[in-house]
Amino acid sequence: MNNTYFNALFFIGLPYVSLFTFFLVTIVRYRTRGFTYSSLSSQFLENRQHFWALMPFHYGILTVLTVHIAAFLVPRQVVWWNSVPARLWIMEIGMLAAGLLTLAGLVAAMVRRRRNHKIAVVTSPADWVVLALLLLQVLSGIGVAMMHPWGSSWFAIAVTPYLWSVATLNPSMAVVAVMPWMVKLHIINAFLVIGFFPFTRLVHILVAPNPYLWRRPQVVRWYRRPAAARG
Amino acid sequence: MDVRAQMSMVFHLDKCIGCHTCSIACKNIWTDRKGTDYMWWNNVETKPGTGYPTAWEDQDKYHGGWECEDGNLRLRSTSKTQTVFNIFHNPHQPSMDDYYEPWTYDYQHLFNAPEGPDQPTAVPISMVTGDLIQIKAGPNWDDDLGGSPVYAENDPNLAQLNPDQRAQMFAVERLMFFYLPRICNHCLNPGCVAACPSGALHKRGEDGIVLVDQKRCRGWRACIAACPYKKMYYNWQTGKSEKCILCFPRLETGQAPACFHSCVGRIRYLGVVLYDAERIREVAGLPQDELIEAQRSLILDPHDPAIARAAQQNGIHDAVVESARNSPTYRFVKDWKIALPLHAEHRTLPMLFYVPPMAPVMAQKNGSAVENVSDDLFHDIDEARAPIEYMAAMFGAGHAGKVRYALRKQKAVRWYRRALTVGDVNMATAERMLREADCSPAEAEAIYKLTSLCTFEERFVIPPMHREQAIEMLADPMAHKQGVGFGFIEGPRRGL
Repeated sequence: MNNTYFNALFFIGLPYVSLFTFFLVTIVRYRTRGFTYSSLSSQFLENRQHFWALMPFHYGILTVLTVHIAAFLVPRQVVWWNSVPARLWIMEIGMLAAGLLTLAGLVAAMVRRRRNHKIAVVTSPADWVVLALLLLQVLSGIGVAMMHPWGSSWFAIAVTPYLWSVATLNPSMAVVAVMPWMVKLHIINAFLVIGFFPFTRLVHILVAPNPYLWRRPQVVRWYRRPAAARG
Repeated sequence: MDVRAQMSMVFHLDKCIGCHTCSIACKNIWTDRKGTDYMWWNNVETKPGTGYPTAWEDQDKYHGGWECEDGNLRLRSTSKTQTVFNIFHNPHQPSMDDYYEPWTYDYQHLFNAPEGPDQPTAVPISMVTGDLIQIKAGPNWDDDLGGSPVYAENDPNLAQLNPDQRAQMFAVERLMFFYLPRICNHCLNPGCVAACPSGALHKRGEDGIVLVDQKRCRGWRACIAACPYKKMYYNWQTGKSEKCILCFPRLETGQAPACFHSCVGRIRYLGVVLYDAERIREVAGLPQDELIEAQRSLILDPHDPAIARAAQQNGIHDAVVESARNSPTYRFVKDWKIALPLHAEHRTLPMLFYVPPMAPVMAQKNGSAVENVSDDLFHDIDEARAPIEYMAAMFGAGHAGKVRYALRKQKAVRWYRRALTVGDVNMATAERMLREADCSPAEAEAIYKLTSLCTFEERFVIPPMHREQAIEMLADPMAHKQGVGFGFIEGPRRGL
């Protein structure tokens, strides 16, 4: 696993293939097949299990994702937070709990898709790819949290520089090349998720409705008034 | 004053025969696609009854519409903060079980069945899964009070009645029911638009039709809960919401919407009204007993030169103002005040108005003789088979006065016409009734004409939509020249 070719392929090649695919396809899909950007909610067809699956999943994964992004954007502050043992414990246990919450929701969602015939009708192969990738990602994430603790600190110190090196087109895989296999799996699968992202229902994340929070309640569209005069 | 035009409708319930032709016309044009098979943008319900979706008027269950506390107007189902937390699972969204699972029949079996001792049957199969299903409910399951002990008694409007009145409504030989056709109300203060996180739902500025921008809808489904009339529907195939579009492609070409056009009982009227958009928020926040009168006051008099000038300044074409002058809606709602909004208490300011139906005439048994006339000429309105409180729950925002006014006027018109044509009623009595019902003989004549003798052109006064002046026509006609021909139209295909 410490083979240089392997590392170059998965920590330099894959990230760029994934990111390139991500940006190209999401934009092209938005412009040519904009209609397909939807949450594709199946709540209408099944209401009860939907709650027990989708709520824990979304809350869990959003919590975990937020901390990952924080460690990527503001690593110093994350390390500062973790510098007090009590706070480190809160972070570690909180993240593990969020991970387990995500896992529970994800498994419930998979069972729901498999068992409920109405939901199966609106399930595409791409949905199963998403679910499988996410399951692997959540399991490996929980595995990392259990086997290689204090991840919130060493992520900020070791993985963040690698991610920035990828982001600034000057990839340096020295640190990740010597990571344990569980961490490598988590990173590789993360880039697979990003690569598959634009071909799946995950695109609904990109159209999360933030303008709603500050727009006026009523929306009126005019056909005959130029933009300047629109009320 | 911010004058705008609004396509507005009147359904004359006294004329509805409950034939469902409107529903079928709509279904065949708009909702026969996969994913929309359970939708009825137009449906006809029997009242008393639970309607479609089941018990849609029960806002304790569905949380539709607005509520107003201390001048704060807020949606019952959601708020900006709640949207953030409820976007993954909307707690107030009805599911398919609240409507019905659409089905068809396995007709092939009639041809393919192997020879046997019994006649083959066409068994029902689900249009969602294709599985055999046991049909438990349909969109019109309690039609004509079918199974009324199970369905009609759950009508939320009956909550306002006392036990005697409730018993009276379902007593043998005193049963009464009427039909309630429903489409989207194209409200002035629509809950669906206010709830839409994507900004896909909007009101067209020119004619007030409420539409879903299919491309911008992301299936967050807040609109479905927010509409108190449950006239927003989720297309489970495309993952987008859909609703009645008031057949705008037909309106734009001068045709009446399909449900209006096909109406056998000729109960439907359509016309444009001018209203003051500046006062929407104020009116929507008024106390409940002022709502109906205030909503009426929003509608402006197109004959008033000052209003016509203000409309013109706001970009409303003269032809539209002229059309508003001939609008049947204006006459029913403003001039005659006999058309009332349905469930105005939800504060969406619905622009579909209903002429409340006359209940069957109550007979008085005097010894062995049956008399139809009592001393109090209006007595059978208050003593009607359908208690006036029941009508008031639907059309009077809970207050009987407005409904009583509309019914008295209708009754007076009937008596007046009877005095004129049949002659078995004393004209002096009829004229006294007219006076008491706040109606002049000329007005009675006009109501009679527009109710009974109305022509197609009188029922549907459709203004020219002036699409040729639309902004996209003015923007850049050369944008696509030598480019991509006529451009691309994307089919409504479900995403991966």
